Amino acid sequence: MSSDAASRDRDWEGVRLHVVTGKGGAGKTTVAAALALALAAGGRRTLLVECEGRQGLAKLFDAPPLPYAERRVAVAPDGGMVYGLAIDPEEALLEYLDLYYHLGRAGRALRRIGAIDFATTIAPGVRDVLLTGKVYEATRRRASSRPARTAAASAAARHSENEPDPYVYDAVVLDAPPTGRIARFLNVNSEVSALARVGPVNKQAESIMRLIRSAQTVVHLVTLLEEMPVQETLDGVEELRGFDLPVGGIVVNRTHEPLLPAADLRAAGAGRLDEAAIRKALETGGIIADDATTTALCREASDHAKQVSGERKLRARLKATGRPLYQLADLDTFDISRLYTLAAELARQGAA
Amino acid sequence: MAIDVKNLDIEALVTDPATRIIVCCGSGGVGKTTLAAALGVRAAESGRRVVTLTIDPAKRLAQALGLTALDNTPRKVAGLKTTKNSPGELHAMMLDMKRTFDEIVEAHASSAKAAQILANPFYQSLSSSFAGTQEYMAMEKLGQLSKSGRWDLIVVDTPPSRSALDFLDAPRRLARFLDGRFIRMLLVPAKAGGRGYVKVMQAGLGLVTGAMTKLLGAQLLTDVQTFVAAMDTMFGGLRERADATAKLLRAPGTAFVVVAAPEPDALREASYFVERLVDDDMPLAGVVMNRVHRTLAPDLSGERALAVAEQLDADARGDDLLDLSAAELTAGILRVHAQRMRLHALEEKRLTGFALTHQKVRIASAPAFADDVHDLGGLRDLATALCEDSQRRSGQPAAE
Repeated sequence: MSSDAASRDRDWEGVRLHVVTGKGGAGKTTVAAALALALAAGGRRTLLVECEGRQGLAKLFDAPPLPYAERRVAVAPDGGMVYGLAIDPEEALLEYLDLYYHLGRAGRALRRIGAIDFATTIAPGVRDVLLTGKVYEATRRRASSRPARTAAASAAARHSENEPDPYVYDAVVLDAPPTGRIARFLNVNSEVSALARVGPVNKQAESIMRLIRSAQTVVHLVTLLEEMPVQETLDGVEELRGFDLPVGGIVVNRTHEPLLPAADLRAAGAGRLDEAAIRKALETGGIIADDATTTALCREASDHAKQVSGERKLRARLKATGRPLYQLADLDTFDISRLYTLAAELARQGAA
Repeated sequence: MAIDVKNLDIEALVTDPATRIIVCCGSGGVGKTTLAAALGVRAAESGRRVVTLTIDPAKRLAQALGLTALDNTPRKVAGLKTTKNSPGELHAMMLDMKRTFDEIVEAHASSAKAAQILANPFYQSLSSSFAGTQEYMAMEKLGQLSKSGRWDLIVVDTPPSRSALDFLDAPRRLARFLDGRFIRMLLVPAKAGGRGYVKVMQAGLGLVTGAMTKLLGAQLLTDVQTFVAAMDTMFGGLRERADATAKLLRAPGTAFVVVAAPEPDALREASYFVERLVDDDMPLAGVVMNRVHRTLAPDLSGERALAVAEQLDADARGDDLLDLSAAELTAGILRVHAQRMRLHALEEKRLTGFALTHQKVRIASAPAFADDVHDLGGLRDLATALCEDSQRRSGQPAAE
């Protein structure tokens, strides 16, 4: 079924949690979805999680808004499945309370007096703890336990002494908060375990940090070849490393091919194009260009040359991080087919 | 489709003495921070005393303004083009949220109490490392800057929030929280008992504190309670400030500028912002479309350019009379032009769609620059382009 997928050289063998971050506008959600699709190849099953309440996945897959439940959102070319989940912190908290403390009634009481509101929107960090906690649960869930909302059995199932059941998801892809917040977001549990030094929250926070710091997790960064996004990506890599968080690959999104030969690019960049010769060539093609038009065309070429050379420098800076670079060309299409193209490209380059 | 796009006059907006606060909002990656700085430069060079407040941890404004570090106080930006007749000034600052929070505590509590709060572990996490505090503190700082009376204009770059309008909701949410029962409940165990409402709440209370203790551990709960008790004296002040900030954002001198780019995601976010601001009766000045690709030779269609490029390539292979390298170069240049025309057409279509669905919204646009804007000159060029755009379009209304 997937001899091709099995024999390929893949960069993230053994990784079960792919965290995808990126500068806003760089295409983080799209890349996360394409990666989930690529990882589902060969009949595998992946979960794509969003946590910022923007319903970005529903928009991307052209589906109705996702409820707080895991729904199938796409089918990989050879039968794999991608499930989608939009985590709602409030629901996640109630689920958590119910699961571990059977707090059905108290949960409602908590909501009435504003404690849920406090926990999910005002109390610092709790929201991020809940989001990462849910991702942790999904990543570790085994087949015998029942799915998310009814997961009371999952704790019991875990105590089974036999051979562990297979994981429900072969991989989980998290469409995570943007680069500027990612290290703090992922590190929230170590903050919390320092704050809540005992008790179940402490225990859970420590387990989550263990997973995030393990070889099962990587953080990929999505960027464009522009100054600010690249700078932010480099800062993000440093920050993640500083927190001892596992840096994965760098996905360079929306790349362009140079349209001029190298020597011409240099001339165009330096503003040394021979306008008279160009004008003559245009004429042989039947375009009678006045000075203004020729100059305008040369300026466009010069802009293009500047962009190409800028991109080359930025790419070199990204390469210097020593992380694998995946490059995705800018596509003209904006429908779902685009995700399949990008997924194939990610797989070809070894990201999945 | 010919639609009459209403023109957002940036020049008038930033130079009008009645404009006291400009809030730049929009999704990430559209150049919001740069635009906020550019508006600041323009206003300052028109003779106003301007401060720009940025909240972005990536220190992008610092880069754009050539400052090495931004701290919690406004620093004067050097290199502005001002004259004796229009002695404007631009100051820039980056929010230090922990310091802002500390300052509130110090201003509102006795020094002994302040020390107690500042040393509380829960407070330390709250004020320094967690998301959400940024929004509160940004609005607090805006309130302080406004109250100081030092500034003709404050330009605010909003935080890159999870949910785009957290900074709008933050003060209100804080006010609601401070009025809530939960906060009083938290106060109970830390105070001497016997208050009237304790009895009323007793049923739910045991259950709730029990659950909280179980969940978080007694020590964290104690930290939170101590923190809340210590903060109790200043809650009134905080609430007032939150209310005042909410009012300030609706005040006549405030203008919201939604920053967008002609990309599907950015436009979708911009739509959401615009609708939300209108729904909330916020003073929306308009939308700035940033990074719009223009073509310099609009009369040469992309199709024609591509056809001729192909022909030149063929000629270059067959015809030895032609200057080969010039043909190849010209074919390449025509392809660059065709790509630009295609992008231009695509963006026009998106922008028309946006304008059509928001016909009452004023719009200004700024071109994409080949180089990144990273110095004062670049900011000035950006502002000039924006102002020229609005003048160009107001000069010939609905001509196209």
